Amino acid sequence: MLTYLLRRWLALLPTLLLASVLIFAIIQLSPGDPVRMKLGTEATAEEVALERERLGLEKPVPLRYLIWLSDLTRLDLGRSQVNNRLVTTLVAEHFPNTLRLSIIAFCLAVMIGLPLGCLAAVRQDARPDTVITSLNSLGLAVPAFWLGLLLILVFSVTLHWLPPSGVGDPNNPWYLNLPYLVMPVATIAVSNLSVFSRFVRSAMIDVLGADYIRTARAKGVPEPGVVGRHALRNALIPVVTVLGIQFSRLLGGAVVTEAVFAYPGLGRLVVTSILNRDYPVVQGALMLVVVIFLVTSIIIDLSYAYLDPRIHPHGAT
Amino acid sequence: MEGRRPGGTEAEGGTFGVSAAVSVPTPLERRDWQAGGSGVGAVAARLLRDRRGALGTAVLVVLIVVAVFSPQLSPYDPNEIHLRDQLAGPSAAYWFGTDEVGRDILSRVMYSARPALEAGLLTIVLAAIVGALTGLVAGYRAGWFDLLIMRLWDTLLAFPAIFLAIGIVTVLGPGWLNAVLAIAVLNMPVFSRLVRASALATRNRDFVTASRAIGCSDWRIMLSHVFPSCLAPLVVQMAIAAPEAILVEASLSFLGLGSQPPDPSWGNMLGGAQGYLFRSPSYALFPGLAITLVVVAMNSFADGLQDAIDPHRVRGRGKAA
Repeated sequence: MLTYLLRRWLALLPTLLLASVLIFAIIQLSPGDPVRMKLGTEATAEEVALERERLGLEKPVPLRYLIWLSDLTRLDLGRSQVNNRLVTTLVAEHFPNTLRLSIIAFCLAVMIGLPLGCLAAVRQDARPDTVITSLNSLGLAVPAFWLGLLLILVFSVTLHWLPPSGVGDPNNPWYLNLPYLVMPVATIAVSNLSVFSRFVRSAMIDVLGADYIRTARAKGVPEPGVVGRHALRNALIPVVTVLGIQFSRLLGGAVVTEAVFAYPGLGRLVVTSILNRDYPVVQGALMLVVVIFLVTSIIIDLSYAYLDPRIHPHGAT
Repeated sequence: MEGRRPGGTEAEGGTFGVSAAVSVPTPLERRDWQAGGSGVGAVAARLLRDRRGALGTAVLVVLIVVAVFSPQLSPYDPNEIHLRDQLAGPSAAYWFGTDEVGRDILSRVMYSARPALEAGLLTIVLAAIVGALTGLVAGYRAGWFDLLIMRLWDTLLAFPAIFLAIGIVTVLGPGWLNAVLAIAVLNMPVFSRLVRASALATRNRDFVTASRAIGCSDWRIMLSHVFPSCLAPLVVQMAIAAPEAILVEASLSFLGLGSQPPDPSWGNMLGGAQGYLFRSPSYALFPGLAITLVVVAMNSFADGLQDAIDPHRVRGRGKAA
């Protein structure tokens, strides 16, 4: 088990390295001069040269990559070129907002999506299935940004119940800021729960057709037991994979939703930094996103062994 | 997990990504469905017999007609400015109302159908070509190319799709074509893996060994013997990826990175509408409705096509996997 874990973590390294090259390359290839962006068009040639020197932009690209990489391993992500704040601080400020949003939306989506998917599978092709399946296709097709706008139209513009954007005053006690979360959470939850319930449905239908389910029924296990203990448990493996991947993507920041609600999360940080050509922030935030994703994938793999004792992590790769 | 890119852009991105793995058929299954008639005609007939498939196809046909004939069908020029009628609600003159400079929203929604459908088509064609070529070589030849290209796709898949798209658009500059290229790139890994899996399953079959024995070149074997068996899953994946591509393009345009104003596009119309929610509620309504309609129709079409290509799936796995 330990060697397996070790191997999995080691296997991450090449992917991480390649990802870091890609992230660095994207930034290097981007048009626009960060120094000009920072100093404005009024700056003299000397000022520009001095600033380039200070930021280390004069050095050759491979060397800059190595410097960046070694800083990265020491968690030194540099400073924002726009407001000179530490990238780590910026990320640390924005990430909790995304984390809060993701966890609540994710739990909501699982709590609604899982039972809906089971119900649809058990009542396959009957009325509940038809209704749930249609709602799912709608939920998957509605663009998040439009759903967000519609929610604002209904709950802020018409009913005046909820604030249309922001996260509220950080000095307020947390429960006063809850209204700010309602619409972003709902927006994200809708598409996620459609994904989940659709996936649970197809996984459950697969399992419900299996021989051991017929056996369980034949030996007189009551239907809830068949569905709950025999079917759901076995259907969970593919479902957990999807849950994990969805969650890690959520943590990457719901870029579009955050844009609609002016919600200061990780996704918004990346987008505004890209628009400002604030490279260190973009690099740092993207690196974090990739790390989160890879770590989640390991956790998913490990959870298989827990969910299904037949799977030994040693053998499975 | 082989099939589509799970999770897509982000969670919301559920929308773009979604689950439902297109399972790569084992050789046995493949023989199964070929027995059911795998000709284009047979598939089309099965597609149109299925209620969802028929409905999706019908809506899609209407959309294509609107896209092609928007200059003839739309009541106004999409960029014609009516300064007196800014942000008007729906009326007899402007069925869907007008935007902040008084352009007719109905006309703009209609004109947006073309770039949207083209975005969907172009991305999947590009992704399929690159995916098929790399997947074929990786699966058939194996070796270092396989290792390298799969590691690259793994890395690409480790980025949330929307970030990858934004990153690529940052390098290339905002615009419709660059957005399309970016979306094509983020679809490539899935296509490539799909074709690779089919190629792997096929490369040791007897007919492939036989053609190698009579001295066919590798490329000939790959293209005329291995590739046909990858075709069905490839076509299904294209049908699945197209609506996602349209959604991602709309999202990028919404963020200001895709289609640029004044060209009409559903995404940047919604981006514009965001600033006028309090003054003109109807502005945000119709472009979003159009996107949703297109995506629902294309998803139904894809589901129907999947069942039509592989009729046995219906029995075993339930209709909309």
